[in-house]
Amino acid sequence: MSNLSAGQQKYLLMHRRHKRIVRVSRVLILLSFLFIWEFTANVGIIDSFIFSSPSKIALCFFGMVVDKSIFLHLGVTLYETILSFLLVIAISILVAVALWFSSKLSEVLDPYLVVLNSLPKSALAPLLIVWLGATKTTIIVAGMSVAIFGSILSLYTSFTTVDPGKIKLIYTLGGNRFHALTKVVLPSSIPAIISNMKVNIGLCLVGVIIGEFLAARDGLGYLIIYSSQVFR
Amino acid sequence: MEQVLELKNIHYAYHTLEGETPALTDISFALNKGEFVSIVGPSGCGKSTLLSIIAGLLEPEKGLIKINGKYLKESTTNVGYMLQHDELFEWRTIYNNVILGLEVQHMLTARTKERAHELLDLYGLRQFETSRPSELSGGMRQRAALIRTLVLEPDLLLLDEPFSALDYQTRLTVGDDIGQIIRKEGKSALLVTHDLSEAISLADRVIILSGRPAAIRQTIPLIFDLSEDTPLNRRNAPEFKTYFNLIWKELNTDE
Repeated sequence: MSNLSAGQQKYLLMHRRHKRIVRVSRVLILLSFLFIWEFTANVGIIDSFIFSSPSKIALCFFGMVVDKSIFLHLGVTLYETILSFLLVIAISILVAVALWFSSKLSEVLDPYLVVLNSLPKSALAPLLIVWLGATKTTIIVAGMSVAIFGSILSLYTSFTTVDPGKIKLIYTLGGNRFHALTKVVLPSSIPAIISNMKVNIGLCLVGVIIGEFLAARDGLGYLIIYSSQVFR
Repeated sequence: MEQVLELKNIHYAYHTLEGETPALTDISFALNKGEFVSIVGPSGCGKSTLLSIIAGLLEPEKGLIKINGKYLKESTTNVGYMLQHDELFEWRTIYNNVILGLEVQHMLTARTKERAHELLDLYGLRQFETSRPSELSGGMRQRAALIRTLVLEPDLLLLDEPFSALDYQTRLTVGDDIGQIIRKEGKSALLVTHDLSEAISLADRVIILSGRPAAIRQTIPLIFDLSEDTPLNRRNAPEFKTYFNLIWKELNTDE
C-alpha cells in the first residue's frame, strides 16, 4: 500500500481525522453532560431530590444489580416488548398484503385505519384493563395498539408505490397477482419493512411501559410508577 | 405462409369518469413466421396499447386475435414482451433475473437452466451471471432483458420501444445487436417505435398508424439489396433514405 499517490494519502488522512473528530466529540458530549449534572447537583444549583444525580443513579442501579431485582423488571419488559413487536410486524404485514390484494377492501378500511391510528392509545389503556384484566396480555396488547395502525398504513403505502413497470413485467412473463406480490412487492419493500421495524420497536416499548404503569406487578413501567410514588 | 399472429378488426377504448377515449379502431393485420414488423405512429396514438392487447394484458372491446392459428384465450404459445425499460430487479443477480419467467411459469428444470446459461454465454454475459444489474451497462442490461424473454422460447416477440431509454450511440449498437439476435433465433417480432430509422433498419415491413384513435394508414414492405442485411448496413444503404422520406411523408399528411 506504499505506492499511494500523495493526493490519495492526503485524502485518507483527512478521512481518518474526520472520523476521529466525530467519535471524540460524541464521547465528550456525554461526559460533559454527566459531569455538569453531577457537579450542579452536588453544589446545590439543582435539587438532587428531584433531579437525582449520576452517582446516585449508579448506586441505586448497583444495589438493584446486587439484589437481582433489576434483571426481573428488565426481563419482563423486554419479553413483553419483543412479543408485541413481533406480533405487530406479523399482523401488519398480513393486513397490508390483504389491503394490497383488494383495492375495494383498502378503500373501505382507509378512513377507519386513519382514525384508529390517531386515537390516543395511552388514554385507552385503562379500558384495556377492564376488557382483558390486569394481565400480561393487556400489556402486550397495549404495546401493540400504539404501533400497529401506523405500521399497517406505512407498509401499505410502500406496497402501493412499487414501480408499476416491474409489476407489468411479471404479467408479461405470464405471472399472476400472487407472483407480483412474492417476486416484486415483498422483495422491493424490504428496506421499507426494516425502517418500519425500527420505528415499531420504540413504539412498542412506549406502549408496554404505559401498560405497566397501570396494570403490572413487575417490569420497568411498574418500577417507574412505584418509585415516583414513594419518591425514591 | 404460416401465420404466427392474426388480428381482425380490433377496437379498444379507455374509460375514465370524464368519458371515453377511443384508442384503436379497426386494426387488422397478420404476421408471418419469422417476419419482423415495425409499427410507427404519432406518440400517444395507442401503439403500446396494441401490444398489451396482443400480450393478453388488456382485453379488446371488439375483434379477434389468433396466435399460431388459435384464439388468444386458448393459445398456449408463449408471447415474449420486451418493455421500454429493462426492469431488471436489483435484488437479484443477472442469472436470477434471467430465470424469473421460468420461475413464474414453473418451468425451472435442468434443461431450461442449461438453456439460460447457454444464452448468457452466447450473448457475452457469462462473466456477469452473478453480478447485480447496476454493474452492467445499459446495452448489456437490455441484452439480459432479451435473454429473460428468450429462455421462455416465445414464438412471437413484442418489443415496446425497447431502446428508447438508451443514449443515442448505445441505441444504435444495441438495436443492431438485438435485431441480429432475434434474426438468429428465428423469432417473429413486432416492434413498436416512434423512431423511424430504427423501424426501417430492423423490419421487413412497416405499418403506419394514424393519430388517436389509431387506424392503419398504410403498410410498406422494405426491400434492401444488401449482401449482408444488418441494421447498421441498412442505415448506409441508398434505399434507407427513400423509405425514410416515404414514411415521414405518410405520417405527416393530414387525412
